[in-house]
Amino acid sequence: MRALTWHGKHDVRVETVDDPEIVNPRDAIIRITSTAICGSDLHLYDGYIPTMKAGDILGHEFMGEVVETGPGSTLKKGQRVVVPFTISCGSCFHCGKHQYSACDNGLPADNQDIAQAIYGQPMAGLFGYSHMTGGYAGGQAEYVRVPFSDVGPIVVPDGVDDDKVLFLSDILPTGWMAAENAQIEPGDTVAVWGCGPVGLFAVQSAFLMGAERVIAIDHFPHRLELARRFGAETINYEESKTYEALMEMTGGIGPDACIDAVGLEAHGFFADNVWDQIKVATFMGTDRAHSIRQAILACRKGGRVSMPAVYGGFVDKFPLGAFMEKGLTLKTGQTHVQHYMPGLLNAIMEDKIDTTFLISHRLPLEQAAEGYRMFHDRQNEVTKIVLKRGMQPARDA
Amino acid sequence: MSDDAPLTTAKQDDAAAQAADSLVEAKGDDLIGKTVTIDRPREELYAFWRDVGNLPLFLENVVAVEPLDDRRSRWVVKAPAGSTVEWVSAITEDRPGETIAWASEEGADVPNSGRVDFRDAPGGRGCWVTATILYDPPGGFIGKAIAKMFQREPAIQARRDLRRFKQLMETGEIATSARNRREYEEEGT
Repeated sequence: MRALTWHGKHDVRVETVDDPEIVNPRDAIIRITSTAICGSDLHLYDGYIPTMKAGDILGHEFMGEVVETGPGSTLKKGQRVVVPFTISCGSCFHCGKHQYSACDNGLPADNQDIAQAIYGQPMAGLFGYSHMTGGYAGGQAEYVRVPFSDVGPIVVPDGVDDDKVLFLSDILPTGWMAAENAQIEPGDTVAVWGCGPVGLFAVQSAFLMGAERVIAIDHFPHRLELARRFGAETINYEESKTYEALMEMTGGIGPDACIDAVGLEAHGFFADNVWDQIKVATFMGTDRAHSIRQAILACRKGGRVSMPAVYGGFVDKFPLGAFMEKGLTLKTGQTHVQHYMPGLLNAIMEDKIDTTFLISHRLPLEQAAEGYRMFHDRQNEVTKIVLKRGMQPARDA
Repeated sequence: MSDDAPLTTAKQDDAAAQAADSLVEAKGDDLIGKTVTIDRPREELYAFWRDVGNLPLFLENVVAVEPLDDRRSRWVVKAPAGSTVEWVSAITEDRPGETIAWASEEGADVPNSGRVDFRDAPGGRGCWVTATILYDPPGGFIGKAIAKMFQREPAIQARRDLRRFKQLMETGEIATSARNRREYEEEGT
């Protein structure tokens, strides 16, 4: 089959590789019809994520058609499914509590050591995201092996366009959980740092959960425009002072809930040295850790801070004093995708949530490497690239 | 000891001697031990482990365990360079649903003994499975080869093996990132 493989910094290629097969009883093989490039894939592309190996297949946002099932799978050939980016067993204590991203059994036993050393306990597996998260082949390919296919993938009705449901795989549940973690109450003003896909879905979700106002913060004009389309007010932090603006826009109170959707934009595991490398290598380094500090300072007394943004290692100068004195609540975590999929599929079917607005470019899988370059170099207008099977190459992509 | 922490977490190095006191017949001086919580009834876990032919399913370095009689079994274990070593192990303590203890018989390439305890986990979370293993780092010619495997990081090996046991019992399979059967076979070698 053809697949997008990683070979090093800024070196990804579409190559012919061995087809996947059923290995374990609960596996299914999915023929991919649509797969997206995630902002966190750019960290692999930039070479920031350790434990990558040449030839690794990337991609953790994908959907397709079931073509083969193991004896323990509940899926049927021909069904269309969206696959969660987290690989969770559905049978352990944590899955039982719907804390799917904390699954005990999603990672191969040998791959659990690094996570245990860094975090104290191992986490769930992830598709296409280095060997620390399991070394599972991803979905930017023609086919993928999906473990625990009886608990992960959600079946979508025929006739619904891929583009409407694809983001159930990651960014929509992640934005929704971010808003849920903000414990929004009617009348609340919610501030959202970062208008990437997760931030934009958090904006929509916050309104659906009863927020009276949402203030979106970014520096890309096009992304702020998208947030405005959903009713958010905006702050461009290159033009305005964020803390001062938030205080003035809330009458000196501060937002009731703050959502940091900036972070490192990665699903991955960042060791300290990697974090330092980013700080040194990019002028963004300090700004990025800044968002969580700013959220804590701006948040009103007794308010809530939600952090969908991924922080893998340590953050310097965390304002613990402000956090304690103001009595804030912080909720965070990798997304429990499987928990949110059914409800969000319903919301999509009832047109309560718009997902397709995000897609700025569609490309054939064969042009995936070009897609990475575009996404990397043109973040203002390239909000989301979806790779399509069998699509004819476009000349002006 | 003035606390309730397990001996295997002790900072001082006479823990092995104390752990040996808990074994009917202790063999070996190096101690490793790990506990894992498995969300299954302890009777079921005990029964699966007691059927010693199952053990190679999740003990990575064990090629085969052949029952000789009700208490004794012959173990074939991977050694470096594609070779194997063998020994006969005898169960020294057997309390259904609670404990299995064993010791290798005379002539073992790697003298070893240990116990596996099955206890109800608090809060209805299934079972705590604790493996305590004593072994003698092998000497001599064969020993040198075997040492490479056994001394690498036996505690890590034990932890990984217990994770595989947990995966098998909780999910019915052992997680693998192998993309196809060829990769899966290569992982096992």
